[in-house]
Amino acid sequence: MIKIEGLTKEFITDKKKPPLVAVNDLTLEVNEGEVFGFLGPNGAGKTTTVRMLCSLIAPTRGRAVVNNYDVVKHGQKVRACVGILTETPGMYERLSADKNLTIFARLYGVKDVPGQVEKYLRMLGLWERRFDEVGSFSKGMRQKLAIARTLLHEPSVIFLDEPTSGLDPEAAHLVRDFIDDLKKEGKTIFLCTHNLDEADRLCQRIGIFKSRLITVDTPDALRQRMFGRTVVFNLASLAPEWTAMVSELPFVTGVKPVDNKLVVDLKDPEAQNPVIIRRLVEAGAEVRFVGELRHSLEDIYLQTINETKG
Amino acid sequence: MNRIQTIIDKEWAEVFKNKMVFWTIVLLPLLFTAMPLIFIFVTSGDLIPSETSDMPASFATICGTASAKDCLQIYMINQFLLMFMMMPVIIPITIAAYSVVGEKATRSLEPLLATPITTEELLAGKTLASALPALAVTIVFFGIFVALTPLVGGTPGLMAYMLSPTWLIAILLVGPLMAIASTIFAVIVSSRVNDPRVAEQISAVFIVPVMLLLFGQLAGWLIINVPVMLIFSALMAAANVGLIYLAARIFQREQILTRWK
Ligand SMILES: Nc1ncnc2c1ncn2[C@@H]1O[C@H](COP(=O)(O)OP(=O)(O)O)[C@@H](O)[C@H]1O
Ligand SMILES: [Mg+2]
Repeated sequence: MIKIEGLTKEFITDKKKPPLVAVNDLTLEVNEGEVFGFLGPNGAGKTTTVRMLCSLIAPTRGRAVVNNYDVVKHGQKVRACVGILTETPGMYERLSADKNLTIFARLYGVKDVPGQVEKYLRMLGLWERRFDEVGSFSKGMRQKLAIARTLLHEPSVIFLDEPTSGLDPEAAHLVRDFIDDLKKEGKTIFLCTHNLDEADRLCQRIGIFKSRLITVDTPDALRQRMFGRTVVFNLASLAPEWTAMVSELPFVTGVKPVDNKLVVDLKDPEAQNPVIIRRLVEAGAEVRFVGELRHSLEDIYLQTINETKG
Repeated sequence: MNRIQTIIDKEWAEVFKNKMVFWTIVLLPLLFTAMPLIFIFVTSGDLIPSETSDMPASFATICGTASAKDCLQIYMINQFLLMFMMMPVIIPITIAAYSVVGEKATRSLEPLLATPITTEELLAGKTLASALPALAVTIVFFGIFVALTPLVGGTPGLMAYMLSPTWLIAILLVGPLMAIASTIFAVIVSSRVNDPRVAEQISAVFIVPVMLLLFGQLAGWLIINVPVMLIFSALMAAANVGLIYLAARIFQREQILTRWK
């Protein structure tokens, strides 16, 4: 569906300075029906990548093929078959929701303009408000309208650039559920985000990106790769010397005291937990409970970004 | 073609909701039409002596066999003609300035450029959306002016002059050429500034050539006649070619997206 090879974008901001490399040699493939998470901090070059893939700006080097169309050679065809939710909704504030969508449906050459407009206004719960000026809409409603605009022409690939950023938790939740529905319909989605839970919940694969693509994998594989397994020992109180005692055990790869807890990295918790518990009890600890810590994507992300600093 | 129409439709729906634009389009033509009518009314009685000595001597050639009184009216009305030439400049630059600056402020250019529209279609849509209402207003109000002139005391000699080739060239040829040139210029200027009023003021340089004609005639350097109007049309046509060439170079998708701020 999306095939990217050595895609690079340099911006010349100052003739005397070397160009700013916003996207550096990106090679990536996104399959049909896949929800791909493109994760990176602000300024990583996510928006720049999406703009190149939607044929809005030209790559400096490299190439990209979207839905079998080259983004440079067949720009107009690419634009006709992709849907893009831009970072800011960019609605015509003085026009109604209906009018906003009608304009775009016509620009995309949609066959049944009123039909498609109605379908998506209803789907996103804006039908009752269709004749209201967008200027009177809340941020969440605008974002929903922008999503409707993205889908009007039934695009084969959907690009979502930070769809939930700046929304209140309730609106963000609604938008996320909607993306989940799109996923169930089997749409191909390229989701830029720095919301890690969102990526974890929605995406089959995740690429961590900061000018360069640092790593790509499924969320679970990333977890496995980055960390072993981690067990939390919750104690009534924590004596300072116990940390050292546990870390001296040969099979323990890391120990971190947190409040009354010991966070321990292990290879084989099933076999090794009883040993640690015995040691702690012998040392006088009261073990309240023991549990495995599932690393959040946030840990993976921070770890990855930090490893590649500098 | 359909996409150009869509842009025009969108521009009209949006920009006419702006009070500044709406009142410019309504009040300006009313004012510019009322002034010459009042003038004709005031000078048509016997209140003013039939005095032609204030006119540049060269002007008499235009009047031909017309009476001295007709000639004075024709002379004065010729100055007002220039107001009808200013309408196709002021109205489109107001629309274009508010449209482009508004589009930048709401950041609606990116979703627009993400559609299959070509930049030529976008520019054509914006230009026509600004120029067409200006031309319609100019022609309609000129029609009203011509229709009302006899009622306020305009003589048949004056009427004949107002429907002569000089005026028709001004309204039907120079007007559209100026409207398109000033719109493209206003779009270019608006892409660089963030205040529609600043964009309007800069784009208003297109009034300068009209003013030159006005003062040139008042000072007796030239007479607004058919050759002068044709030369003026040729200059405006040349300005259009230059501006379209410039616009084609500036208006590229990436430039619009990343430079229009
Ligand atoms: N048109 C432009 N001109 C110059 N620099 C740009 C332009 N667009 C983006 N950049 C720069 O490229 C980098 C990546 O930006 P962006 O793609 O917006 O990142 P993200 O969407 O991941 O936050 C930033 O340093 C940004 O300042
Ligand atoms: Mg971004």
